[in-house]
Amino acid sequence: MKTVLEARNIDKYFTKPVEYHVLKDISFTLPEGQFTSIIGKSGSGKSTLLYILSTMDTAYEGSLYLKDKLITGSSHKHLARLRNEYIGFVFQFHYLLLEFSVLDNVMLPALKLGLKSDEEIRHDAMEKLRMLHIDKLADKKASRISGGEKQRVAIARALINNPAILMGDEPTGNLDSYNSENVFQIFKQLREEEGLSLLVVTHDEDFARRTDRILEMEDGRIIQGT
Amino acid sequence: MKQWPLILSIARTHLLTKMKSTITAALGVTFGIGAYITLVSFMTGLNGMLDDLILNQTPHIHLYNEVQPSEVQPINRYALFNSDLLQIRSVKPRKGQLKIHNAPPILKNLKSREDVVGVTPQVRAQIFYLSGALNLGGVLVGMDILEEERISNLGDYIVQGSAQALANSDNGVILGIGLAEKMSLGMGDRVQVSTPGGAVFPLRIVGIYQSGLADIDNTQSLTTVQNAQRIMGEASNYITDIHIKLADVREAPAMARQLQAQYKVQARDIQDANAQFETGTTIRNLITYAVSITLLIVAGFGIYNILNMLIYEKMNDIAILKATGFSGLDVQNIFMSQALLIGLIGGLSGLLLGFGLSHLIDSLPFETEALPTIDTFPVNHNPMYYLIGITFALLSTFIAGYLPSAKARKIDPVQIIRGN
Ligand SMILES: Nc1ncnc2c1ncn2[C@@H]1O[C@H](COP(=O)(O)OP(=O)(O)OP(=O)(O)O)[C@@H](O)[C@H]1O
Ligand SMILES: [Mg+2]
Repeated sequence: MKTVLEARNIDKYFTKPVEYHVLKDISFTLPEGQFTSIIGKSGSGKSTLLYILSTMDTAYEGSLYLKDKLITGSSHKHLARLRNEYIGFVFQFHYLLLEFSVLDNVMLPALKLGLKSDEEIRHDAMEKLRMLHIDKLADKKASRISGGEKQRVAIARALINNPAILMGDEPTGNLDSYNSENVFQIFKQLREEEGLSLLVVTHDEDFARRTDRILEMEDGRIIQGT
Repeated sequence: MKQWPLILSIARTHLLTKMKSTITAALGVTFGIGAYITLVSFMTGLNGMLDDLILNQTPHIHLYNEVQPSEVQPINRYALFNSDLLQIRSVKPRKGQLKIHNAPPILKNLKSREDVVGVTPQVRAQIFYLSGALNLGGVLVGMDILEEERISNLGDYIVQGSAQALANSDNGVILGIGLAEKMSLGMGDRVQVSTPGGAVFPLRIVGIYQSGLADIDNTQSLTTVQNAQRIMGEASNYITDIHIKLADVREAPAMARQLQAQYKVQARDIQDANAQFETGTTIRNLITYAVSITLLIVAGFGIYNILNMLIYEKMNDIAILKATGFSGLDVQNIFMSQALLIGLIGGLSGLLLGFGLSHLIDSLPFETEALPTIDTFPVNHNPMYYLIGITFALLSTFIAGYLPSAKARKIDPVQIIRGN
């Protein structure tokens, strides 16, 4: 099976306020089409790891491969491009551009990628919104919709460029159980119907138990799941 | 770069949702540029008018002889006293010194030069205007009036009659307006002039001129070269002054030095003659630019502040854009475009404001005895200033926008996302 993402011997230190070894020799591979969850105590380094995997954080040691290509050491510009094309990211907080419409928010990463015409992009975006049952909100301002709706818009945005992997840092952490379940079902469906690879940090054990694979972190190491 | 429409549309959305700040920032630029256009148009208009008033009445090079004692007195030539200390008291200037020696060949020579546009001979004579019991001292200038009119703007200052009328008459005179008023004389009247030697000549008034400079208008009148020579009782090679107009005024000082050495006459160039005047022009320009630049700097700080504030408010947006694949440069461009849009909108309305104000000033009546050719305030509507204005606006907003937008470029999205 092909691998989507591979981490080899990742170490990370924070130097401020004091030197702190936050990630210790982390290695694992994510095969294509797998739904993986990361769990672990607060402060064990889950978010820190995810930011490195998502290419936003470049201050680490070790090497990172995306679709079997080494991306460690690439320029910021190139990393931005990779992020744009291959990685969808969903945050715990909804993080939409509040002054733009729902549709604009979903379209922006595709417009940035610039591979399709505006018309096609608009069509794709509507498609994603429909899939997430929020197509009626398309023309609303992003600041005028509910939290659960925002999270679904964020998922639609993460999916717009048909990424190789969808990452989430506690994407359900801020939602009630109904909306959490909803998001979980969406992820599951994406994995089953589209073969999407997912990597999701969660505190919700129930959520984690229903994924294909659980990576458990403690004190900057992966202690189980590799 | 097919990304620009996207970047501009994000910039536009940011600006539109912050309408108040945008307008405040743009207004700063508008006032800066508007003030610049108005000031510079008015100031250079004023400079141009003063140039006309003084500089255009001054020849580029003026050749004349100065009254001065002979350096070699007769006794110096006498060999017998060579070894003695010679002392002469009450040295007097030599007679006939005002005449330029060999004037006709000099004139001919100058006329044939490529870099000379025009040369006119003049005969300046001290005379008295006789008016009843009164003798008014003054100057009669004999000149080749048609040529003089061609190479200077003398014609603008002849308020009654014409240069042609003087050229056609054989005892005509164009009187300074101050003289005409003092002696209650008008067109067609006769005026008597007498030489220092006592000879009296009647002249007919064929024109009145008003230079705007009271000193000249109260004392000077114009006639033909032949007339002046006749009154002075001199031959036709008697020329006291030569006026030269050059193709390029900047060559005046060098050429003046050369002519002075070549012909052994005094040569005064226009820059020499108007050194203080140039200083005045420079200072007016300095004030214009100092005021405009101050206003623009103030506007620049306004933009800097507003952009800083905007970027602070938009931290989340910046983090999201970066997380979803916009590069640091894209983010910087988004904020740079906002600064430049403010500069462009503010600058263009500044040009409009300046255009309106300078035309308003241009239409205000400004009538003065001293300036017969002017009836509204002088304004110089040079399109160049509008070009400079908009360049200024864009440049200052570019500089003001650069630091904040460079900061936005460097913002680490991880820090923002963690912060929540
Ligand atoms: N910018 C930073 N500077 C220094 N230390 C940091 C910084 N960010 C995080 N840390 C520390 O690194 C450790 C790992 O943080 P991280 O956010 O990855 O934990 P986490 O597993 O995501 O926790 P949580 O479940 O609460 O989100 C923590 O001890 C945290 O205090
Ligand atoms: Mg975390």
